[in-house]
Amino acid sequence: MSSRERILEAVKKNQPNGLPLLPIASASPAATDLAQKFIRALGNIGGTAIEVESWDEIPLYLADRFSAKTRWVNMIPELGNMSTADAFEDPHVLENVTLSILKGHFGVAENGAVWITDERMGDRALPFICEHLALVIHSDDIFNTLHEAYEHIGASPYSFGTFIAGPSKTADIEQSLVLGAHGPKSMTVFLQRKR
Amino acid sequence: MATDTTIMNHTTTSDHATLADKFNLDEPRVDWHDKTLWFIRKKRDKAAAQVPDWEQLRESASQIKNNVLSNLHSYLLEFEKNAQKNGITVHWAVTAKEHNQIVHSIIQEKGIAQVVKSKSMLTEECHLNEYLLAQGIEVIDTDLGERIVQLAGEPPSHIVLPCIHWKKEEIGELFSRHLGTPEGNSDPQFLTTAARIHLRQHFLSSRLAITGVNFAVAETGEIVVCTNEGNADLGVQLADVHIACMGIEKIIPQRKHLGIFLRLLARSATGQPITTYSSHFQRPRKGQEMHIVLVDNGRSERLASNDFRNALKCIRCGACMNTCPVYRRSGGHSYRYAIAGPIGAILAPGLDMEKHADLPFASTLCGSCSHVCPVKIDIHDQLYKWRQVLVKNGHVSGTKKVGMKGLAFILSHPGLYSRAGAVGRWLMKHVPGLINNKFNPWYKQREMPDVPKQSFTKWYQQNRISK
Repeated sequence: MSSRERILEAVKKNQPNGLPLLPIASASPAATDLAQKFIRALGNIGGTAIEVESWDEIPLYLADRFSAKTRWVNMIPELGNMSTADAFEDPHVLENVTLSILKGHFGVAENGAVWITDERMGDRALPFICEHLALVIHSDDIFNTLHEAYEHIGASPYSFGTFIAGPSKTADIEQSLVLGAHGPKSMTVFLQRKR
Repeated sequence: MATDTTIMNHTTTSDHATLADKFNLDEPRVDWHDKTLWFIRKKRDKAAAQVPDWEQLRESASQIKNNVLSNLHSYLLEFEKNAQKNGITVHWAVTAKEHNQIVHSIIQEKGIAQVVKSKSMLTEECHLNEYLLAQGIEVIDTDLGERIVQLAGEPPSHIVLPCIHWKKEEIGELFSRHLGTPEGNSDPQFLTTAARIHLRQHFLSSRLAITGVNFAVAETGEIVVCTNEGNADLGVQLADVHIACMGIEKIIPQRKHLGIFLRLLARSATGQPITTYSSHFQRPRKGQEMHIVLVDNGRSERLASNDFRNALKCIRCGACMNTCPVYRRSGGHSYRYAIAGPIGAILAPGLDMEKHADLPFASTLCGSCSHVCPVKIDIHDQLYKWRQVLVKNGHVSGTKKVGMKGLAFILSHPGLYSRAGAVGRWLMKHVPGLINNKFNPWYKQREMPDVPKQSFTKWYQQNRISK
């Protein structure tokens, strides 16, 4: 008998009588100003949220903070030719990316997370390997809790998707919080007011 | 240095009480350890209080896990089918050894000598690192805390905070020896940066990455891995091969259930609203190979037990450790098992009752663990039930057995009980040295209470019956 058969047989024999799968009951009260709640939540976990009216404001903001001499990778067509998106043959060539700019799907107000799937990443390694990460979402695309977030994700297909909530961090050394453990040292989320 | 003793601790076969004694030799350090963990427990409380439906979330999570455990056979089949459809190779391992062999064979087939691994308690349980090292394969643990204990030649002492027992000065010294950082520098920011540079090289050069699994969704065949550091993602996204190792109990039915578990996990663990990264791996990246190893290692047997099955609901948040008065004052290594604290104390005896017979006694049965558990495992009840099983199976010391038997005899004979009480009170009053000595474990580090003047029965007769 294969290991698979042995495990399955033992599980079948030993599992108790089937208990039902109940519907999810969530009693979180509806929050009113989700954008403000999101901004606060992201701030609490070491990220920065910036409200913008137009696309033009984004490169201006970034240019103030990140040297144009460093390597930026922009995956948002609306931002034009702010930088050239590389051909991603090999993710290792992304090692020296200072700033990557990606479009997220939506934010989650209760925890400051942004949901993004791989077709918006250029390369799956990009949001993790860059030194600084900038994400853009629309300020209307914010859900109160993860329940609503997963309702929205539904059965949508993706190969890889991730919630990113703030910069990469660790507190492994005596509980001292350090931003930039292995991945981005900062996370900026632009909240666009206009479509 | 405490770090040297902890290394020794792990290799000796002393029981929990003996190792806890050693840990307590350095009193200021124990106080520091205790306070650090309590600080995290308080952060958890604060985070939980901010979620209005917290208790309902715990109840939902518990019910979902009950449903999973009672339908695990069909969920495993569903998960396997969907994962395979997604292009993932699924392996099954009955034992820890088989798990290690499967992982090794994949690595060997690619001719790889060094791999990166993010945190996985399952691989700790299976002693994967040691196994691979014996086959000439080096595993680089990439979680900062895990890398620290790995460089020191120790196992993690906490499932979420692997080096919670280390002081920054000691880490500075360790890094100076292994990573060449300047001596005497123990600034956490500086040391973390040094580790970042050191581990970045390994991320870039490793062709194979091993990760654990926080949740595996039967409905979609995807797995979810949560980290704060981003080490799982960096490892996987830069590697040609991804091996994810999971216990068979990690399955959840549907994607939408992640909403429940991800809301609970980080809040319970560290008081964060969510981990920085909650990555959903559904299909391997183009050109990448992805393997999932489903491991039983005693879990299917545990399913049969009405008393102990619930321990399989654990989502490895560590809340029960942070709150446990015994764990906080005895340290993770005193448990001699990959998973320490209350949950470890009910999981370990299920794997090897004789070897871990001391662990269910490493508890005050205060119940704090059960109260913070996000999936409502009846941890303290199980600790109590394990004690009964262990006694029945002859896995407790002779003195404890004789003492218990003697006490049971006295308690079942009221006349004898009342006389014994009188003798006891007289002795405590007139010959205190008989009880206040080092052979009485209850006298250790505490004063015995004042001797009551009379028995409770007598007091009750005088004060209550007459009224």
